[in-house]
Amino acid sequence: MSLASTVLKKAFVSKDVKEAHNRITKEVGSFGYDAWGYSKDGAEIGLGVFKKLYDHYFRVEAEGLENIPAKGRVLIIANHSGQLPLDGALIAIAVATNPHGPRAPRIMIERFFPTVPFVGNLLNMGGAVIGDPVNCIRMLRRDECVVVFPEGIRGSGKLFKKRYKLQRFGFGFMHIAMETDTPIVPVGVVGCEETMPSLANVKPLAKMLGLPYVPVTIPVPLPSKVYLRFGKPLDFSGVVKTEKQVIENVEAVKDAIRGLIDEGLSQKQGWFH
Amino acid sequence: MPKAKKTETVDCQSVETIQEKKRPQVLVTGAAGVLAQETINRLSQKKYGVVAIDFRRAVQIGDDIPSYKVDFLKRGFEDIFRQHKFDAVIHLGRVGTDIGGSHFRHNANVRGTQKLFDLCVKYEVGQVIVLSSFFVYGASAYNPALLDEDTPLKASDLSLNLIDTVELDNLSQIYMYKYRRVRMKILRPCNIAGPGVRNNIGRLLSRKVVPVLWGFNPVMQFLHVSDMADAIVKACGKPNTYGIFNVAPNDWAPYKEVLRRCDIIGVPMVSIPDALPMWIARMAGWEAFPSYLVNYFKYPVIVDGSRFAKAFNFSPRRSLEEIFLHYREMKTRRWV
Repeated sequence: MSLASTVLKKAFVSKDVKEAHNRITKEVGSFGYDAWGYSKDGAEIGLGVFKKLYDHYFRVEAEGLENIPAKGRVLIIANHSGQLPLDGALIAIAVATNPHGPRAPRIMIERFFPTVPFVGNLLNMGGAVIGDPVNCIRMLRRDECVVVFPEGIRGSGKLFKKRYKLQRFGFGFMHIAMETDTPIVPVGVVGCEETMPSLANVKPLAKMLGLPYVPVTIPVPLPSKVYLRFGKPLDFSGVVKTEKQVIENVEAVKDAIRGLIDEGLSQKQGWFH
Repeated sequence: MPKAKKTETVDCQSVETIQEKKRPQVLVTGAAGVLAQETINRLSQKKYGVVAIDFRRAVQIGDDIPSYKVDFLKRGFEDIFRQHKFDAVIHLGRVGTDIGGSHFRHNANVRGTQKLFDLCVKYEVGQVIVLSSFFVYGASAYNPALLDEDTPLKASDLSLNLIDTVELDNLSQIYMYKYRRVRMKILRPCNIAGPGVRNNIGRLLSRKVVPVLWGFNPVMQFLHVSDMADAIVKACGKPNTYGIFNVAPNDWAPYKEVLRRCDIIGVPMVSIPDALPMWIARMAGWEAFPSYLVNYFKYPVIVDGSRFAKAFNFSPRRSLEEIFLHYREMKTRRWV
C-alpha cells in the first residue's frame, strides 16, 4: 500500500466503515485489483470519504435495502439527477454498507469519464465502470451487483424545471437483464435534484469542451436531504421475443421507480429536509 | 536498423537422422529471442525434433538442434521445408515495432509470414502456432475490460506503427479459415516480461526512470516469459485444436504499482489532449516508451485469457510479484 493510501485510510476510514468493507466478498487479484480497475483499498477509502457526506451532509435515509440480494447477480436501476453523479455515489454507499449483506456496487458511468485525468481512475478504483453493455454482461455473469441509470445524461443533465420527471430510458439494461436472467431492483432517488439545480445548459460551451453538458448552476452541491427507496426485485427473465415486450418491461420498471419517487417525495419536507 | 541479409545455403541432410523422423518435427522462427529459446528447450525436453531459424543470426542452441539464419522472402528458405518434414511451425519471429520503417516491417512481418504460411500449406504442415499480440485490440478509453477474441481489432485506427501487427493477425486468420488442414492457432498474449525479454515493456521495466501520464494509471496484465513458453508448448501438444486465443493471467496490477514494485521512478508527463503526450514521446525518441504505445500506458487493455486456459488446461505458474522481483533485483545488481 502506498503512503498516500495509508494516510487517507487513517483520515477517512472509520472502524464501522472498515468492518462493513471487510464483509464485502469480492474477488480481486494479487495486488487487490480486478479487471475493471476496482481496488480493494481504493474502494475502502472512497467508502470512508463518501460515508461522511452520506451521513452528515446529505443525511441519507435508505429504505428497502433488504430487497438487494446478498449474493448473486442483480441490476439496480435508478432515476438520475443532480448534474454530478452524486446519486450514484450515494446508492453505492447504501449498497456497500447494507446491513442485510453489503455488496461491492459496480456503477455504470458515462463513456466520457475515462478520458478525464484522475477522475476515470478514481471512479474505477471505487468500482465504477464505463457504461458498455459488454462490461455489464461480463460483470453480471460474475455475479456482481451492477447499478445502471438508464436515463444517462438525459437524466443527470436535465433542468430543474423538469425535476422528478423521468426522461427516456435506454432499453439496453432490459435486454441484458433478460439475456442474463438478472433480477432488477428499482430505486427511487429523491433529493439529488435539489443538490445542484440547473437553470440552463450552455450547449455551445459543452460542445467546445467535449462535455455532455455545462449547466448554469451553483458551484457546490447544496446539502439537500436525500431519500433512497429500494423496491422489491422485479423478474423479467426469459428470451426476448419482440422489442414491444422489452418496451413494456422497461415501462414496468419506470412505473416502479415513479412509485418509489412518490414515496420519497411524500417524506421530503422542503428543500433541505 | 538491422538489414535482412542474404539467406545462407541450407544443407540439413546430415542432421536428419532416423530418430528425428520418428519424433514430431517443429520449426521455430525467431530463434534468437528469449521466448523462442525457452520454447525450444521445452520442446527438446519433450522429445520434439526442433529446427530453429532467425532472420538476425544462426543461433547456437544445442548440438541436436539445426539452426539457420534465413530470410523468409528468399527462395532458399524453401530448402528447409524440402529437407525436413515439419509437423508443426511455431512462428515467433517478428521485427519489433521500433525497428525500421513501415515498409520494412510490412515486408518482414506480413509478406514474410505469408511466404511461411504458403510453405506450410504446400508442405502440408499439420499445425501452425502464430504469436500475435494484445496490441491488436488497440488502447482506447472506450474499451470494455476482459476483451475476448471476437473483439474487433482497433489498433491500426489508433496508430499507424501497429498496422503490420494487425495485418499479421488478419493474415493468420485468413489462412486459418482458408486452409483448414493447417490447424492454425493465433496467440494474443498480454505483456510478456521476465529475464532476457527485450520487447517494449521489458525495456521499460529495466529502466530506473520512466514517464507516467498525469492522472492515468491503467491496470495491466503481465505474463512471465517462461509461462508463455509453457503456453506455446501446451498449444503445440494439441495439434487438432485451432482458433484465436488470448493468453493472459487472471491477475492485474496498475501501472504505477508495477513501477513501484520494479523500483522505477515514474516522472509525470502531460496527458491531455491525446496528441500531446504522443508528440512529446516522438520528439524525445524514447525507445521504451514510443509514441505509438503511449495510449497503452493511459487506458487499460485487459484481455480475457479464459478460452486458452480452458482449451489447453493452462495456468501461469509465476506470479506478477515474481516478474516484478526480477526487475527489482536487476537494478539492485546494477548498484552492487
